[in-house]
Amino acid sequence: MTMQFGFPVLTALIVLPLAAAGVLLLLRQESTVRLLTLVVGVLECLLCLRLFSYAPQGAAFQFEEKADWLPAFGMTYHLGLDGLSLYMVLLTALMLPLCVLGSWTYISKRVKEFHFCLLLMTSACIGVFAALDFVLFYVFWEAMLVPMYLLIAVWGGPRRRYASIKFFLYTLAGSTLLLAAIVAFRHVGGSFSIPELMAQSYSFKFQIWAFLAMALAFAIKVPMFPFHTWLPAAHVEAPAAGSVFLAAILLKMGAYGFLRFCLPLTPAASVVAAPVMIAISIASILYGGCIALAQTDIKKLIAYSSVGHMGFVTLGIFLFSVNGISGAILQMLNHGITTGGLFMMVGLLYERSHSREIADNQGLGKHMPAFMFLMGLFSFSAFAFPGTSSFVGEILVLIGAFKGSVWVGFAAVPGAMLAAAYMLRLLQRVTWGAPTSFKPSWRDLGAREWATLVPLAALVLYIGLAPSLAIKTMEPSIERVLATMKTKNAAMGLTEDRHLAQRLHLPDLTVPDGPDKIQKERP
Amino acid sequence: MTMITTKLLPELWLLATVCALFVASVSGRKRSVLSWLPWAAVLGIIVAVLSLGVRGEIFYGVYRLDGLSQFFKLAIAAGFAIVTGIAACKRDSEDFTPDYFMLLGLSAWGLMLLSSSVELITLYLALELSSYSLYALIPIRGKDRRAAEAGIKYILFGAAVTAIALFGLSYIMAAKHTTYLAVMASSSWRFADAPLAVIGLTLFLAGFFYKLALFPFHFWCPDVYQGSKNETAAYVATIPKLGAVVVLVRLAAMFHPGMEVTNLFAILGAVSMTGGNLAALVQRDLKRLLGYSSVAHAGYIMLGLAAGSSAGLAAATFYVLAYILMNLACFYVVCAISRDGENPTLDSLDGLYRRGPGLAMILAVAAFALVGLPPTAGFTGKLFLLSAAWDQGYHWLVIVAVLNTAISIYYYLGMVRHAYTGESEAPALTVSKGHIVFGGVLAVIVLLVGMLPASLYSLAARAAAALRP
Repeated sequence: MTMQFGFPVLTALIVLPLAAAGVLLLLRQESTVRLLTLVVGVLECLLCLRLFSYAPQGAAFQFEEKADWLPAFGMTYHLGLDGLSLYMVLLTALMLPLCVLGSWTYISKRVKEFHFCLLLMTSACIGVFAALDFVLFYVFWEAMLVPMYLLIAVWGGPRRRYASIKFFLYTLAGSTLLLAAIVAFRHVGGSFSIPELMAQSYSFKFQIWAFLAMALAFAIKVPMFPFHTWLPAAHVEAPAAGSVFLAAILLKMGAYGFLRFCLPLTPAASVVAAPVMIAISIASILYGGCIALAQTDIKKLIAYSSVGHMGFVTLGIFLFSVNGISGAILQMLNHGITTGGLFMMVGLLYERSHSREIADNQGLGKHMPAFMFLMGLFSFSAFAFPGTSSFVGEILVLIGAFKGSVWVGFAAVPGAMLAAAYMLRLLQRVTWGAPTSFKPSWRDLGAREWATLVPLAALVLYIGLAPSLAIKTMEPSIERVLATMKTKNAAMGLTEDRHLAQRLHLPDLTVPDGPDKIQKERP
Repeated sequence: MTMITTKLLPELWLLATVCALFVASVSGRKRSVLSWLPWAAVLGIIVAVLSLGVRGEIFYGVYRLDGLSQFFKLAIAAGFAIVTGIAACKRDSEDFTPDYFMLLGLSAWGLMLLSSSVELITLYLALELSSYSLYALIPIRGKDRRAAEAGIKYILFGAAVTAIALFGLSYIMAAKHTTYLAVMASSSWRFADAPLAVIGLTLFLAGFFYKLALFPFHFWCPDVYQGSKNETAAYVATIPKLGAVVVLVRLAAMFHPGMEVTNLFAILGAVSMTGGNLAALVQRDLKRLLGYSSVAHAGYIMLGLAAGSSAGLAAATFYVLAYILMNLACFYVVCAISRDGENPTLDSLDGLYRRGPGLAMILAVAAFALVGLPPTAGFTGKLFLLSAAWDQGYHWLVIVAVLNTAISIYYYLGMVRHAYTGESEAPALTVSKGHIVFGGVLAVIVLLVGMLPASLYSLAARAAAALRP
């Protein structure tokens, strides 16, 4: 057991919600259930304060914890954080108390089970970002499906059965091949440990297949353009807290997977596939934006806008530049904050009007000014208005894109304009449109609702105005990933001046003590 | 003599239980045996745990006590205890006479003998011993005609397959001049070297494929599950598979990847999992659904047997234990929700979250374990199987297996969906606290075996390593 800080903060972050979920089962009163979950959420955030001692220039993985799990099989319980995952963990921990507050009145049936699912989700999501063992990662990755499925299927809207099954089938089907890839990596790499696997290089043929298997799982989760159809359905039907979790954290897992696994483990395949991935990303940006423009349902609009925003994230990742990737990670964080905030607001609106149609929620500017102010703030951030958080992320990605290729940059810019178009259209009608179903009984934001939204709004402005701290913490990790890629690719003879056509004919690099490390047992 | 007695404690304990049941059945006392039987069965588990370390060979080398046999005896004892526990839920049922349990126990006893047999004729006798009591058990279901039909199907199928197996046995004896597995293992099993023996062995394997309900010997499986009593189905669906797998593991240790027999394992496994999963998609009757699911799971087990390495054999051993645990947890819910012993359908799960929240949760754990979702025993077992098969070069089989997970999720999820999102007006289920606790323990075991598999896996690995020196 090696621990750097003495206190196993990551394990505590994972175990605390689990333990609380166990306690929850014994409780009877709904208010105690909510209160307990809220307290756990706040405790999670307090625990996260320890993570601020992360030293950007320090070891590659910090807060490491390692314990035997199944030594005979090479499985270890190995957790750790680096600049890629740090902010995702923080975001997850922040979302738990906000979701509890946000659904305080929204959820009125089966309250205990709802909070049970929220707690399990939190624990699994933190696990995904903190795992440094491939099997452990997969365990959390899949374990998160069940509570999310239940959140949609039980507390969702009218078409919840369809949406929840689609969500489950899509994501599970995508990740089955990831399991095959994990097994294959153990065969060639001799280990499930992610740092150990990263240190080796693999033959090009293997990389291509492994990349395809992993990319499918991650692309569905992101979701990238042709695989996005589960997302609008799930978002629209999910309860507010479910949508928030889905948008803020689940989608990030896909992008995180690309960064954590595809780039360092299959660098050559990533480079070869990059043009395709960039094309798909741009397709996602444009397609998501265009479809969002045509929506009349607010949640659907935001869901499609997520497809567009996540397109920027994957675009940034596959540019393979420090700008692009740090922009992508910032964009992941920002998208979590702004879209999380927007879904929260739609939830609040739905509690008042019982409709998600734009037409039913028009003309609120005069009557609910505080609500509209925050909605405006999140919407502006959603289309990357300067001074809000998304601006920083998007501009970094675009800088990276223009540096990589002017054409890629030009192709992505309309996405930003589309975002402004659909967000302003929404904002204009909800604020100034002729009121259709407004009732004086709709009150402006209450204290609880303020408490839910203010942390997110503060983050939007903070990251928007002072992004350098976040960028500084993640940059060394990004540089490390890119350096690993470069050295591995150089060893295989894949350099930047190779033509596209040549790239597919890489020599099958012989891997030092690679494929036959696990001896086939043949007497 | 005392030496032998101490070595055979698990078998003797079960035999003593069977004898006690026999006495109870002739004594004519009205008190249900279920008041003491589950506890006796639990003691059986303890005895089996205590004799895990026993090693030796008795009866002129036809009966071997090694890691594998002791592991499976533990699994059989555990399975038998769980089945009696499930039956204890419906202790007022008229069918639960002492002789019902006597037959169950006798069948389990036969399987225990089977797990130690290392000689073909002994194997055959033990197999028949375990089957005969099932032939009598399956038709017992009040005055239900469907059970009789299921019984006939099981017997006819069983008789035909036994005949094939015996025919194969004669070929093996003719070709290899021995019936001892240890001697046979030292000779070649390539078709080119010993065509007659390979043909004979393939036929002989049919007997065990039948027990395991592997394609194409699976046709009895859904029908028998559907026709027989819920508790009988719980037994037939799980414990006999242990017997089949232990023999297949012993036989698979004689082969290497790329042989005809190994490829047969792989192909039958692939067809079995795909066919079983596809057929299960359209089932409404829960027991039929579980029947097809067990066909699919038989296919998964073939991954480990086709790999044939010690890792593969260990994986198959581990997986079959995980399988009976999760399947019994599932059958526990099926038995608990059925009214008057009727067959529950998917619709009878509706609203289970409200009618029996504990049951709904146990069902969810069991169903997700059967899918192979982490962190359950099903996932861990599958991971071992997949990596063993991949290491031996069966890449296509691994891909088929993971894609099958995606198919199977639909119908397992259907069970959870009905339980958690369906609504029904049916009244709350009355299940005693003790029985819910029993089910909960079962679910927790399924989770624990998945999360902390180290001790069980090392038992299985050591057992398998002893087979592949």
